[in-house]
Amino acid sequence: MIKDHVMKRAGPWLRVVAGSASFALPTILGIVILNFLFLQLLPGDAVDVLAMRSGSATVESISALRVQTGLDQPLSGQLAAYLSRLAHFDLGVSTQYHLPVADIIAARLPDTLLLVGGALGLAVVLGLLLGSVMASLAGRWIDRMLSGLLMLIYSTPGFWIGLMMILLFSVKLGLFPSAGSATIGTRLSGLAALYDKAAHLIMPMTALSLFYTAVYARLVRATMIDVLRQDFILAARAKGLHPVTLIRRHAIRNALIPVVTVAGIHLGNLLGGAVVVETVFGWPGMGRLAFDALLSRDFPVLLGVLLLSSILVVAVNALADVLLGWLDPRILTE
Amino acid sequence: MERPMIASRKLGSPVKDGIAFFKESGYLSLTVGGAVFAAIVVTAAAARLLFPGDPTDMVTTPLLWPGQSGLFPLGTTSLGQDVAAGLVWGARASLQVGILAAAVGLLLGLVAGTLAGYCGGWIDAVLVRVIALFQTMPPFLLVVVIVAIDEPTLRTISLAIGLAGWPTVARLVRAQVRSLRQAEFVLAARCQGYGTTRIVLGEILPNALPPVIATVSVLVANAILMEAGLSFLDMGDPNIVSWGSMIGAARDTLRIDWYLAVLPGLAIALTVLSLNLVSDGLTEVLSPRRRAAP
Repeated sequence: MIKDHVMKRAGPWLRVVAGSASFALPTILGIVILNFLFLQLLPGDAVDVLAMRSGSATVESISALRVQTGLDQPLSGQLAAYLSRLAHFDLGVSTQYHLPVADIIAARLPDTLLLVGGALGLAVVLGLLLGSVMASLAGRWIDRMLSGLLMLIYSTPGFWIGLMMILLFSVKLGLFPSAGSATIGTRLSGLAALYDKAAHLIMPMTALSLFYTAVYARLVRATMIDVLRQDFILAARAKGLHPVTLIRRHAIRNALIPVVTVAGIHLGNLLGGAVVVETVFGWPGMGRLAFDALLSRDFPVLLGVLLLSSILVVAVNALADVLLGWLDPRILTE
Repeated sequence: MERPMIASRKLGSPVKDGIAFFKESGYLSLTVGGAVFAAIVVTAAAARLLFPGDPTDMVTTPLLWPGQSGLFPLGTTSLGQDVAAGLVWGARASLQVGILAAAVGLLLGLVAGTLAGYCGGWIDAVLVRVIALFQTMPPFLLVVVIVAIDEPTLRTISLAIGLAGWPTVARLVRAQVRSLRQAEFVLAARCQGYGTTRIVLGEILPNALPPVIATVSVLVANAILMEAGLSFLDMGDPNIVSWGSMIGAARDTLRIDWYLAVLPGLAIALTVLSLNLVSDGLTEVLSPRRRAAP
């Protein structure tokens, strides 16, 4: 009886999670196969790049390398081998560094998550804040000024904003370090290390997040203006709620719904856009890793990064689905 | 629902009312954005007349600051190239990529979205999966990989950016077509014995297009931003000056000759801003609420 009851309560949630999972697995498999075939279209392979770099390659050494890396096998065989290795959670070995791909990616993962996750989080929080302020002061000069400013940010490439930040905050003011993810040559620990990380993180994170901050603020403003016109808000206002409480308790949940919906999709854009921002700030993230792997035709690394990116996007989208169900329980009963 | 901005308008002189209406209705941003964008298009089209030489040629002393020489009002790069010429020729590259990429994305998105939305069934199921597939891959990485597959020419870059941009259009068109598929005027057209092609092209698409039209200028804007990032990373067409490659080249001298990075960045921002203003204006002008109002 009790179990039935629990199942009934948990039913809709399970459906959401199961729905996401049943959609996610074929998507990820599709992405793996698509990426694999895609990369075969690239002119040249890892052996060509290695041979070019060594400068002393012979026909024999090249064909030996091809056998060693499995690149002499037919395409279907290579794909089957890759999939079977993936099924054993083996991402392969980098043709460039001769290290397991999993290790290379794992070394970059914390900094990537910090940069991309921080940027997305910052964008959502700032977007909600700015959007709420603009919606509750709609039509006043603060709203107009912020709208104009956000429109400008929305139109400016993030990497250029990053360069301008380096120019202002690093070169002119000397406030923040202009490159890297930690001060080189120091063995900091505890609070000092945390502070050092934050000082390195703040500019790339802001540069990456500003575009999305503008997107979310505009979205929240538009949604909240609609919400603030509804009857339940009038009722809440009539019982004498403070305007800030009104927004915090009653309006923000509604305004969050479109933001959560698009934020899941935006994670992919952020992971891609991170390539340029990581280049500007010399941030050792996955984007830059993928770009370098592409240039040296290091397909195992590139495939690994693409796979992990897709898994992250799918996972965050599933999380967004659950969050949407919590924000608007009506979604669960549909 | 009553539009508060109209409700709050006080009765005043017809001129003031006219100006207020112009500002509120979206025509202001449409006009300003459209005018700026048109000016940029004209400048880009006249590049050959304004700066007949090759913008990559060395023409004078390197690293002249803006205003230092009357002949080169915006200064010169570290290779002695005219910055003004680079900006004007860069506008050509940006606009070409932007418009071509938007066309590719729009065409693919329209076809896929209409098919999925109108046919439903397994076609819809398959297309929704393909859209999800494309939206799961980081678009910028996808573009970089496609450009690396082929030569980095303007055509390849546009195609790649279009391929990354179509899912947005497809989703929008699909939702619109789905909601219109069973509309009364479509049923009426079906009762008249119209063929599927005529119903889709003549009845559904014209009514589904307004939000898509506003998306077009955002597509162009995003394509320009993406091209800038691409050429900043040195993945652009090496034979063509583009704003992104100018910023990329300026990185080495950022500490002292920062104008070299500032100017092309401002050019990108102005162009993209004008397109976003057009999009905002169009959204407002084409919104059904407005059309329903007397």
